[in-house]
Amino acid sequence: MKLPDAEELCEKLAAELKPRIGPKSAMVGLYTGGAWLAERLHALLGMKTPLGLMDIAFYRDDYAARGLKHDPKRTRIPFDVSGCELFLVDDVLYSGRTVRAAMNVIFDFGRPASIALAVLVDRGGRQLPICAQHVGARVDVPAGMRLALKRDERGKLALALEAERAA
Amino acid sequence: MQRNPQLNEKGELQHLLSIEGLPRAILLQILDTAESFVGVTEREVKKVPILRGKSVFNLFFEPSTRTRTTFEIAAKRLSADVINLNINASSQTKGESLLDTVANLSAMQADIFVVRHESSGAPFLIARHVKPHEHVINAGDGRHAHPTQGLLDLYTIRHYKKDFAALTVAIVGDILHSRVARSLIHGLTTLGVPEVRVIGPQTLLPTGVEALGVRVFHDMREGLKDCDVVVMLRLQNERMRGALLPSAQEYFKHYGLNADKLGLARRDAIVMHPGPMNRGVEIDSTVADGPHSVILPQVTFGIAVRMAVMSIVAGN
Repeated sequence: MKLPDAEELCEKLAAELKPRIGPKSAMVGLYTGGAWLAERLHALLGMKTPLGLMDIAFYRDDYAARGLKHDPKRTRIPFDVSGCELFLVDDVLYSGRTVRAAMNVIFDFGRPASIALAVLVDRGGRQLPICAQHVGARVDVPAGMRLALKRDERGKLALALEAERAA
Repeated sequence: MQRNPQLNEKGELQHLLSIEGLPRAILLQILDTAESFVGVTEREVKKVPILRGKSVFNLFFEPSTRTRTTFEIAAKRLSADVINLNINASSQTKGESLLDTVANLSAMQADIFVVRHESSGAPFLIARHVKPHEHVINAGDGRHAHPTQGLLDLYTIRHYKKDFAALTVAIVGDILHSRVARSLIHGLTTLGVPEVRVIGPQTLLPTGVEALGVRVFHDMREGLKDCDVVVMLRLQNERMRGALLPSAQEYFKHYGLNADKLGLARRDAIVMHPGPMNRGVEIDSTVADGPHSVILPQVTFGIAVRMAVMSIVAGN
């Protein structure tokens, strides 16, 4: 199946977000794909507040079944979350469970004025009442397949389809 | 072949009993995970929900305020419920009653047992008898092992020195009675530290210590030369009463770390100590409180390392 061009979607998202960026705006990207995307958007938008990067490993709802993943990254949110207008950035929106966990992490740092979700791709299949405010593209992905963002050594972003890893 | 009692059938960490026998990949997994937990302790809410609903039993058959407290803080920061039990070992008969104690606590729905015991091997015995969903963490057993202390030492060394591959590390003092030294030596050699030295009087070095892959020095000045890391061990007072050592003053003269001797190590050397320190016996206050000392950061890192160990074993 043909996947949209991640670089084009990224430009499109940046253009959509541009008018919404104000003095209180801040951005957090979710490891790994969302962090790459957020690094790009943050630079394109010329945001003043430093970028936050987040790993939700300690907040996952499947820890009891799957344990702790092997290489959790350190969450760094180098700005005051309280009162900010936060853009949460991820590569692919699917069940909504990652976003649920990410919101819990954010509230352990403070109380933002608002949170908006920006994703490169929405593949449907939500299991929680969560939706994205800013979506690069909607893509139907067959069940059992995983849609993921890749970054090559030159920093170019691309979407890739792979078989779901067995739990 | 007998399986490593610490690992499950998938080779994942099920219990933490000893650094000895742990693969390099698991040591690195613990250190990497600890690094992300260091960030949690700097937030407004210093807690993550990962062990919510789990019960951690601190079983201390031997008194220890510091280690017990750091395990307690670590478990609470993971949102676990913590129950502290200080069990006077002398009132216990060995063997069956130890397992009875554990069986009773298991019936109260324990998930993790943190065990400190004066007998080497007690945590291994418990680990062999717990249910599959229960995990045992050794918080010090006799003279044998103190793996979380060894891991926090490794974390501290990596934090300040970045790469293990070019380091010279000296461990100074009572190696014979030290479970910390054993755990650390195994960890350092597994992670590829090219030179590990042990420095101490003949009476405080175990016979055949060279077999662990270390260089032995009896002259501290010679042993400290060009070291990147100096780990001082606590000299237990009771050693003085035996025939092992003449006096504290005599010991300090030969094996105490002062600024003069530290000057023989590298300019950027770090000084570590597992605590509690005997100032003026194994370490001089000017060194303990000086710019090379990382003794207090060790304590802070120890919490993150124990958080990492608990969250890894409880998920496997």
